[in-house]
Amino acid sequence: MSYDVAIIGAGVVGCALFRRFCLGGARALLIEKGADILSGASKGNSAMFHTGYDAPAGSLELACIRSGYEEYLAIRRGLNLPLLETGGLLVAWTELEQEKLPAIAEHARANGVADAHLIDGAALRRREPNLAPEARAAVAIPGEHIMDPWSPSLAYVLQGIAHGGEVRRATEVQGGDLADAFWTLRTNKGPAQARIVINAAGNYGDLVEAIARPSPFAIKPRKGQFVVFDKSASRLITSSILPVPTERTKGVMMCRTIFGNLIVGPTAEDQEDRADAGVDQAMLRHLIEQGCRRVPRLANEAVTAIYAGLRPATQFKDYQIEALPDRSWITVGGIRSTGLTGALGIAQYVGGLYGRHFGTLRETAIPKATPMPNLAEHLPRLYQQPGSGEIVCHCELVTRGEIELALHGPLPAGDLGGLKRRTRCMMGRCQGFYCSAHVFELARGKLPDVPGSAKVA
Amino acid sequence: MTTHDVIIIGGGPAGLSAARRLLASGVRDVVVLEREREAGGIPRHCGHSGFGIGQYLSLPMSGPDYARRLVDSAAGADIRTRTTVTSIESGGRVHSVHPADGARMLEGRCVLLATGIRETPRSARLVTGARPIGITTTGALQQMVYLTHLKPFSRAVVIGSELISFSVLMTARHGAIGIAAMIEEGERITARRPGDWIARHLFGVPVLTRTKLIAIHGIDKVERIEIERDGRREFIACDGVIFTGRFTPETALLKSSPIALDPGSGGPVIDQFFRTSDPQVFAAGNLLRPVETAGMCWAEGRIAAANIAAALAGTLPPSKSGVAVRFSDPVKYVYPQMIVPAADNRTPMPLMRARVTRAVRGTLRLTVDSRVLWSKAGRFLPERRLTIPTVKIPRSGAADISVELIED
Repeated sequence: MSYDVAIIGAGVVGCALFRRFCLGGARALLIEKGADILSGASKGNSAMFHTGYDAPAGSLELACIRSGYEEYLAIRRGLNLPLLETGGLLVAWTELEQEKLPAIAEHARANGVADAHLIDGAALRRREPNLAPEARAAVAIPGEHIMDPWSPSLAYVLQGIAHGGEVRRATEVQGGDLADAFWTLRTNKGPAQARIVINAAGNYGDLVEAIARPSPFAIKPRKGQFVVFDKSASRLITSSILPVPTERTKGVMMCRTIFGNLIVGPTAEDQEDRADAGVDQAMLRHLIEQGCRRVPRLANEAVTAIYAGLRPATQFKDYQIEALPDRSWITVGGIRSTGLTGALGIAQYVGGLYGRHFGTLRETAIPKATPMPNLAEHLPRLYQQPGSGEIVCHCELVTRGEIELALHGPLPAGDLGGLKRRTRCMMGRCQGFYCSAHVFELARGKLPDVPGSAKVA
Repeated sequence: MTTHDVIIIGGGPAGLSAARRLLASGVRDVVVLEREREAGGIPRHCGHSGFGIGQYLSLPMSGPDYARRLVDSAAGADIRTRTTVTSIESGGRVHSVHPADGARMLEGRCVLLATGIRETPRSARLVTGARPIGITTTGALQQMVYLTHLKPFSRAVVIGSELISFSVLMTARHGAIGIAAMIEEGERITARRPGDWIARHLFGVPVLTRTKLIAIHGIDKVERIEIERDGRREFIACDGVIFTGRFTPETALLKSSPIALDPGSGGPVIDQFFRTSDPQVFAAGNLLRPVETAGMCWAEGRIAAANIAAALAGTLPPSKSGVAVRFSDPVKYVYPQMIVPAADNRTPMPLMRARVTRAVRGTLRLTVDSRVLWSKAGRFLPERRLTIPTVKIPRSGAADISVELIED
């Protein structure tokens, strides 16, 4: 069996590419090194639905965010993907920052975010009464919302599978050769043949790129740590509170999550290691302090979870997307921090590159619907209806039916992390104190890393 | 919507003993809502012995036997398992979901909150390092070992030295899990001595005090932890980390209700009749504070039930005239937090309970309107229960009640 395209990496970008190619009628193979999709950079995303207000003018990143934003809005109902419409407020805390606001608003409007506008301190406090008094003014970005960080990617892959695509997980590409117009990729699970290879390998992008050519970019993972506060904290803000960015990073923001929590983050720490998304107590304390300085009432709220993501930063600011016609290769690298929103736009753009150089993708008039179970707190959840089994995870109100669903179907969870991302089980305030034994019991024999395959006497 | 005399949220020791006592006092319509598959609470998964001492005329029981006994003794109450309460409102309205019936609203003339506690997991302790498989809490481990017969790891480190940390040793032995060490940041173990002697000599587990957990290492599974002792960094090889204790009351339901919470205890503000700031709602058991024994929760449930019965009969003094109990550092919390003027014929909790923030030598003093009513000198340790006779104030009321610890 050979494929039209082999996509290396099932992060959000790989998943969106897979969907685009499957819908376009190509025979597509999605190859993922991890036990499940979203095992790398994408698992630690911030869930921001970006307008592109602060993207560099004229950049490919901006174009992909804008078109990705539009496509997500167009397809999300068919896939039952939630959106928490919070809007964003980019808040100035010092006079110096305040001076930068008009230019930020102007830049946003030039980027096509036409409704970005300045609001003064009084208006800001009316909208966000819990902000510390130092909040001086803000740029309101009404279209800056919150997504489910994981369900979209899963929905994209499931739609791709429904249109004939194939996914291989726990499959690591170790090398490849181009001969007679076909790539033969060597993997730990045997060879895979495809006409075109797309490198969407995220934090391993430069290493995979070396299969086709000396990589023009080098990945230097940038770690972003987050603190997730208890659900009671989400009442403290309505909009996402964004900082005035610095040259290097967007800075630390504070926003609600689709699951009803409040998060503060990310940090921006460059590191060499591509796999170690560890957390650090001093950094987490620093995030909590920053959060409490901006919203003093946060000091009374409990921490539910901590996590870190690794963003595949390169020496370049913009996305590194390029077709290599003589190598039958498309590079999709350096998708730093806007990949969740940008993914669908990136897929459109890459589809265009493919059409220009390698073949045609047709338009599927009516894609098959692969609706996702809803995990968003502001929308009806399964536990509220009879017939989904008892609640297993009490903090996140996850039912036995939801867990069983995630362990079956065309793309069952590949590991415990995948099960958590699909259902939210064990991700609440008790972090599995009450439910982990029950979850493990349901998942035993189905997930490789569920502890306790050995029976206790 | 159906109205019941009493809705009890939580079918553990406090909730079940309250149900039994209510039935015994003639209240007929008692509903217990329990979210787990079986009632009995945390003791269900404490497989070791030591439960029911002084409560039942029997030898100390295992947790599961004790849990069954509690359920049996509440016979007559309508115990609804697999029923999760999603929110509570004023007026005794309780919203719940059940897998077969879906969402329902019940109304109780009185409601008893007995939702218990949980341990503080790794995340809320902000522990540095990787987030691999093999990091758990005592409660989760006990369920794995005793209820679902799973062995999550083979050699673990126990973080903390509270009473429960020592019960982990028994759980681990039962589950054939080796314990590499027990580590404690403080000068001495939190539980009473000779816990450390027992750990060392009966379980062969080294107890390392003045030892700080620095980081957890391991990509997929825990590989080792990094500790700091006497200013030196060391590693302990292990494939499991068990975070024990640092209990926190399970107040998720209260946080979305108008019921007042005490930041010191982490539980609801109550008066001496176990009544919260909502006069229809009572609270008992470990929801009130970080942790006490199952037996004490059971005893509290009984007294709370007597007062609920009085409230139903209209004989409980109104809570409006309550006086807040004042305290200051090093006292961490005192409960009941409010004292209501009452005649002598009522059944309040017999003792007020307090904790201190740090080890202190001094005099603990209860003062009402500048009159010292009770005092006790000695050394007071954190995480040890301190008891003070419950103050009575006459119907004429009092202006000021305070609990102070005067340091020597």
